[in-house]
Amino acid sequence: MSAGSPITGAAPAQAPKATPTLDHTPAQSVLPQRVPSMALARFILAKLVKGVLVVLCVVVVNFFLIRLAPGDPASIMAGESGSSDPNYVAQLRTQFGLDRPLPVQMATYVLGVVRFDWGFSYRMKLPVLQLILDRLPATLLLMGSAFVFSVLLGIFLGVIASRTRYTGRRRWLDSLIVGGALLLYATPLFWLSLLMIVLFSVELGWLPAFGMETVGAGLTGWSRVLDITTHLVLPTVSLGSFYMAMYVRLTRASMLEVMGMDFVRTARAKGVAAPAVIRRHVLRNALLPVVTFSGIQLGQLAGGAVLTETVFGWPGIGRLMFDALMQRDYQLLLGVFLLTSAMVVVFNMLTDVIYRVVDPRIAFEGGR
Amino acid sequence: MTGAAMLLVATLTPVASQTRGGTLNLIVQPEPPILILGLNQQSPTQYVGSKIYEGLLTYGADLKPMPGLAKAWSISEDGLTYRFTLQDGVTWHDGKPFTAADVVFSADKFLRQVHPRVRPILNRYLASVIASDDHTVEFKLKEPFAPFLQLFGTDNMLVVPRHIYEGTDFATNPTNQHPIGTGPFMFQSWTRGSDIVLIRNPNYWQKGLPYLDKIVFRVIPDSASRAVAFERGDVQVLRGGDVDNVDIKRLEAIPGVEHTTKGTEMYSTITSMLMNERKPPFDNVKVRQAVMHAINRDFIVRNIFFGIGKVATGPISSTTLFYDPNVPTYKYDPKQAAALLKESGVDVFKYPIKILNYPYGTAWDRLAEYVSQSLQRVGFNVQIEGTDAGGWAQRVANFDFDTTFHFTDQFGDPAIGVSRLFLSSNIVKGSPFVNNEGYQSPKTDALFNKASSSLIPAERQKLYSEVQNALVRDVANGYLFENQNVTLYKGEVHNLITSGVGTNSNFATVSLGK
Repeated sequence: MSAGSPITGAAPAQAPKATPTLDHTPAQSVLPQRVPSMALARFILAKLVKGVLVVLCVVVVNFFLIRLAPGDPASIMAGESGSSDPNYVAQLRTQFGLDRPLPVQMATYVLGVVRFDWGFSYRMKLPVLQLILDRLPATLLLMGSAFVFSVLLGIFLGVIASRTRYTGRRRWLDSLIVGGALLLYATPLFWLSLLMIVLFSVELGWLPAFGMETVGAGLTGWSRVLDITTHLVLPTVSLGSFYMAMYVRLTRASMLEVMGMDFVRTARAKGVAAPAVIRRHVLRNALLPVVTFSGIQLGQLAGGAVLTETVFGWPGIGRLMFDALMQRDYQLLLGVFLLTSAMVVVFNMLTDVIYRVVDPRIAFEGGR
Repeated sequence: MTGAAMLLVATLTPVASQTRGGTLNLIVQPEPPILILGLNQQSPTQYVGSKIYEGLLTYGADLKPMPGLAKAWSISEDGLTYRFTLQDGVTWHDGKPFTAADVVFSADKFLRQVHPRVRPILNRYLASVIASDDHTVEFKLKEPFAPFLQLFGTDNMLVVPRHIYEGTDFATNPTNQHPIGTGPFMFQSWTRGSDIVLIRNPNYWQKGLPYLDKIVFRVIPDSASRAVAFERGDVQVLRGGDVDNVDIKRLEAIPGVEHTTKGTEMYSTITSMLMNERKPPFDNVKVRQAVMHAINRDFIVRNIFFGIGKVATGPISSTTLFYDPNVPTYKYDPKQAAALLKESGVDVFKYPIKILNYPYGTAWDRLAEYVSQSLQRVGFNVQIEGTDAGGWAQRVANFDFDTTFHFTDQFGDPAIGVSRLFLSSNIVKGSPFVNNEGYQSPKTDALFNKASSSLIPAERQKLYSEVQNALVRDVANGYLFENQNVTLYKGEVHNLITSGVGTNSNFATVSLGK
């Protein structure tokens, strides 16, 4: 994940600013007020302009950053083939354009990117954009399912835990959920993944252990969907578990805080049923930290799940990036960085919009 | 040796002839960047590409040449003309006929430009290559090169289709994504990050072959997961490097699992310790000898590599041609090491050395730690520095290291895989796996050069015996151990390892049965 840090670093920079503190007057427990469309459009436009600038900066910084690593693609390719011919290495450098001055290389690259030419991977002999787009569906699928899994289950368990804790009935359930969350939070991902493979694939034989679908089965339609779904279960759980544990803790803490507030007591006093109080008054007000954190999670998922993809042989972008890094495949690496940083920017924008939907008190003006 | 190989083939063939069809599931690790063998020579590319492409010859376990795309060959008296007669009825996977013109194009145009190992040899020795007719090719050399006949497998001089590559930029040719060869299996699909699928070539020139319908190479990046894939039966074969040595003993014990260390004779990989001989303390031969006495190589094989390997006696592996075991030995003896250091007059503690880690997995980290400890015990001042593959290649290529390790393939003949590490003419910056340690000896240079141009095996043996003695005495490199590669396979896989290139053979006769 370390390789993703220059990108994911962009996420927290914006998120805390927009997080409102919880001791404000609570949001009205009605549908959000209609957002003035001009303000929304201006807001999104301002964010977009900033986003494009951020992405461009990321590209330029990354370009120079990866050159700081020793070795280049030519020396690696020579190393792999056991070459004893320095002319060959020089020939490769010329072919890759590595013999030109660095600023010229950068200008060429940036101009290409602007025209949607993301370069050519001389190692794989394919255009970078094609290599990335080939892997994108697998990444988005795993990312989406891990996200949905962790958010839904995390909030659900968090709500249950806080309720049992607050009402004092079935307190053991609270302890169980909190204990389990703590355990998941502390468990190394790859260890969990391997144990799940051993249990569910090797011992019980319920689920496939690797890949995205059964190779060579030639399935179509629903049987293919089912096949991919069964392959998706273990990677999703292993990738989503850590964040799920975070959401459990966040939701629970924030719910407990809101439950003690006056307006909740008022709602209950005026006779609103308990589930409705939880859903409309408490949860809605307790969700903001969860939204903040889910923005961060999406940003990190976009950087690829190298570990999960490695253990489960999932053909996503994380592996592509990792291999490109090890092999100093500069253009491919920059391409992955470009895509993931763009995704982080977009997710941050979405998070900002969602804040304002969840809590209409946050104004759209000026993007604050 | 020949007898044993023949026996192996004889006992396995009847089983194979009974079954046809089925899918063989394998692991390709790491995923190759491309499958065009000429353009990439990594081991995974070789594993997949060797089923698609062919060379003029193949090699037995004794490394003797056997027919491939050439059915017969002859060498002139002076050792300068090699004439090959090609098989009849061979077609490329796209249906075009294979002719002598393809062979000429491959050697003279394609490989001369793109193949880092073959091009220096061709550029130095090859005078001309011509197609006398559609089925005859003649290679003419400028001077005799004894191991020339060892070069015609898919590792080196494979044959690529002229009609596809001629007049194009080889690196960006669109067909690179859909390799076309003459081999028993044809490329079907490649889902990057997931799998590569090859299917049976119905028009293969060897009638009735191959037996298998399909070969699937799975990409599973994690070593523990690969072991699980084998246990579950998702894949039927694991080859050396697919799983960590620690898993091999466990998997070997599973009922129905066969294992062998055969099939790596062509590569005969050897692990050495490089000491930078340009500067103190390793510029002193006594210091290098002391290092050999300070390290317990038996311990390395037994404990760090789980007994999978064999202590090396010298620069030439015991399964490479012209190996000679009668060389000076360095037994583990720290006292003698200390005595040699004293004798050398070098105060080794004054010259801090750094071990540049060989970045190919945890066993190599342990090796660096062990060597560091052993050297400290006799008085060296040692640190370990980490790096990754790219950093390693760069540092070693530019002679920017004190000491490090590497393993290299020998390709059957010392003139191809061994001399490159010691000839003083190979002290050239810019590439690893040459004479990066900086060993210089006019005597061994002369012996190597004479041996590579001699055509009389007995004479070559004498010269190489002398070379081995000199290189061991001088500790030109620290020869640590011969790497062994264990191939594990399920009992239903037959005829898997039948030649000196093992799993890099074309798998035409591999079959699945009970």
